[in-house]
Amino acid sequence: MQIQTKGDLYDAVIVGSGAGGGMAANILSKAGLSVAVLEAGGFYDPAQEAYRTQLRWPWESPRRGASTHRPFGDFDAAWGGWEIDGEPYTRQEGTRFDWFRSRMLGGRTNHWGRISLRFGPKDFKRKDQDGLGENWPVTYEEIAPYYDRVDKSIGVFGTHEGRENDPDGFFLPPPKPRLHELYVKRGGEKIGIPVIPNRLSILTRPVSSERGVCFYCNQCNRGCQAYADFSAGSCLVQPAMKRGQVDLYTDAMVREVTTDQTGQATGVIFIDKRDREEYLVRGRTVLLGASACESARILLNSRSPEHPDGLANSSGVVGRYLHDSTGADRMAVIPALLNRDRYNEDGVGGAHVYTPWWLDNATLDFPRGYHLEFWGGMSMPAYGFGGGMDTLRRYVRDEFGNLSPAGGYGAGLKRDIRAIYGATVGISGRGESVPQYENYCEIDPERIDQFGIPVLTFNYRWSEHELGQARHMQDTFEEMLTSMGGELVGEKAGADREYGLHAPGRIIHEVGTTRMGNDPATSVLNKFGQAHDCKNLFVVDAGSFVSQADKNPTWTILALSWRTSDYIVEQMKKGEL
Amino acid sequence: MDRREYVKLMLAGSVGAGLFLQSGCTAEDRRESEEILEATGADRGYTAIELERDQKLQEKTFFNRHERATVDQLADWIIPEDDRSPGAVEAGVPDFIDFMMLDMPDMQVPMRGGLMWLDNRSRDLFGAPFAGCTRDQQQEILDRIAWPDRVEPDWEYGMRFFNRMRDLVATGFFTSETGLKDLDYKGNQPNVWDGVPDEVLEKHGLAYDEKTLNESVQPGERGVRAEWTDSGELLRPRMVDNK
Repeated sequence: MQIQTKGDLYDAVIVGSGAGGGMAANILSKAGLSVAVLEAGGFYDPAQEAYRTQLRWPWESPRRGASTHRPFGDFDAAWGGWEIDGEPYTRQEGTRFDWFRSRMLGGRTNHWGRISLRFGPKDFKRKDQDGLGENWPVTYEEIAPYYDRVDKSIGVFGTHEGRENDPDGFFLPPPKPRLHELYVKRGGEKIGIPVIPNRLSILTRPVSSERGVCFYCNQCNRGCQAYADFSAGSCLVQPAMKRGQVDLYTDAMVREVTTDQTGQATGVIFIDKRDREEYLVRGRTVLLGASACESARILLNSRSPEHPDGLANSSGVVGRYLHDSTGADRMAVIPALLNRDRYNEDGVGGAHVYTPWWLDNATLDFPRGYHLEFWGGMSMPAYGFGGGMDTLRRYVRDEFGNLSPAGGYGAGLKRDIRAIYGATVGISGRGESVPQYENYCEIDPERIDQFGIPVLTFNYRWSEHELGQARHMQDTFEEMLTSMGGELVGEKAGADREYGLHAPGRIIHEVGTTRMGNDPATSVLNKFGQAHDCKNLFVVDAGSFVSQADKNPTWTILALSWRTSDYIVEQMKKGEL
Repeated sequence: MDRREYVKLMLAGSVGAGLFLQSGCTAEDRRESEEILEATGADRGYTAIELERDQKLQEKTFFNRHERATVDQLADWIIPEDDRSPGAVEAGVPDFIDFMMLDMPDMQVPMRGGLMWLDNRSRDLFGAPFAGCTRDQQQEILDRIAWPDRVEPDWEYGMRFFNRMRDLVATGFFTSETGLKDLDYKGNQPNVWDGVPDEVLEKHGLAYDEKTLNESVQPGERGVRAEWTDSGELLRPRMVDNK
């Protein structure tokens, strides 16, 4: 059967335009390779008025920015979410996993928190420390030069702290802490919990002439007109397209990687969402950067006589070791912040301070750490603001120190909502989970999506390790919030509520489904992200992660994708590819 | 200043506090946007599918006339006019609530049922639906459902209904233009963050320590391209005046 072909034979066909795919497109095209980028969603550019949600007011949305359709609200840049019409997935009974997808140029880098933490030396060798999971086949020292390059070219603010497992980098100057963040800092000092400047990929100074600097609107999640924060579409794919050598295919839903009789990749087949036709794009190499789970899905759906269990899956571990960061949260009201003075406190699109993991797991009853993120301040009201006064109002005091009653109505209620604005502070713990063979995604034998592509089914359970960590988080939250003078809101989450742990997938750090390793029997990729079973096939998303660290994954995706791209160029020069 | 000029200035890092994106689009912007609109249907930050969905919702109304009259009265009971700002009705809150009922259909039954429950109770007590009661009678009913810590068991349906109504009215008011003005929200405009104002720090007994002051971004350097030493130390430009 004849299938329509699009474009020429490319040097590299890249699936996905997020952090991994975007970086590969940028580096490979710079090296002179011809590149095709396939994106399952539409074109998006926050600098163009038609797409702009930045600097809009809440009343410009009829639902005031509520999350009816976009999970983080109308103004958030993400097109997609945990549920997408026509693109279902399933969960095996008694297990949970919520799968977030952004169908758009730049993928999930359009609305991420811009938290850009390097993994540390210990993060690459966790098995050596606690005997759990597996070590990475690379060391921090091997990846560090790529972190350096990512820092300098994309930009991240931060400070030199000299911490053993939180390596410093090439930092831009951070913004000064906001008022509640000074309370957090002082609270932390009292109880020995470090609070240091955050490390966010937001330009407080320029790193190139193509991108502007931050103008402090607190809305990075809406996409930046000045490109002052990192998103892969604006900072990697579009600049590469301007230089030439890159063809972008949007609305291109990739179904499978095609292979020849020798088992080598020859290209990909995609469905154009607009005309619902199938097309083939041919490449000398194929790079998957579709997200850990989507890339696993494509591999598992790429069955052939040479690869009967799916491409690059002779080990049987494609889809296995799926893991997400852990997450739990708590909130307090700071009485000293009631009826605050008003000024523009927007700042950058995220917290100005954070707490890196500060304890030694060898002395604790759970194996992996977590970091703390802080929220609060006088940010722009959106849907939900002013709500919850049936419980929250009892934390409000008048000038004589008298507590208000819960609930109510009228002028007193109106006054108390004004009073509490900017007086709540919250902490989120985000931690490392232990990758498990038993936590996986695989192809659902019964379900297909609207493009006829078999869908994923998930099987994921938190283990005692994550529960122990979340229990510790809850204690930390209370200690920290109390230490800064806060009055805790709500009940502490106990064992019956899994210590407030969010469902797997909710932190949107899915990693591990095509992990790298030296042994082809227990890993999918080698240490350059190259498939053991198929040498012209690479994975450049977080599927390659052996373990997730108590950090956010983006900076490591970028560094690893750059390293893989360099390797491809080198191998092509040598005639190996 | 047109938007294009403005974006250029943002790129150059020279936009200071006070400059604001209010001048609207240039002809070129409009043409560019129209092309995108035609090709993809996206506009105002919404995708074509989202625009179509919202347009359909906005063509409908949820409340009947009697329900709407009751919602209007409840809205002004919850957020009345005071010396600082108008009440919820003037701020357009009932229209917002009507839209939300269509937008989040799960809220329809509790809302509609709650309004009817309220009328039933009003008739039992005062022989008229809530909207037909006197202010004193209305207040008597509200006082039995508005204070969660002292609600009698038989009135808990009303408390739940009123909690929802309070949430909707409060959020509708404080996310309106009137509400943001009332809150004295100062943000959502380009500016240069240089920390908490000194007088505020003083009130809270706080100060930036030396380390923070030295390492934080200085407003005057924000247009200067970053360079580092080989060991990663950021080169700081010599500042004549940081303020």
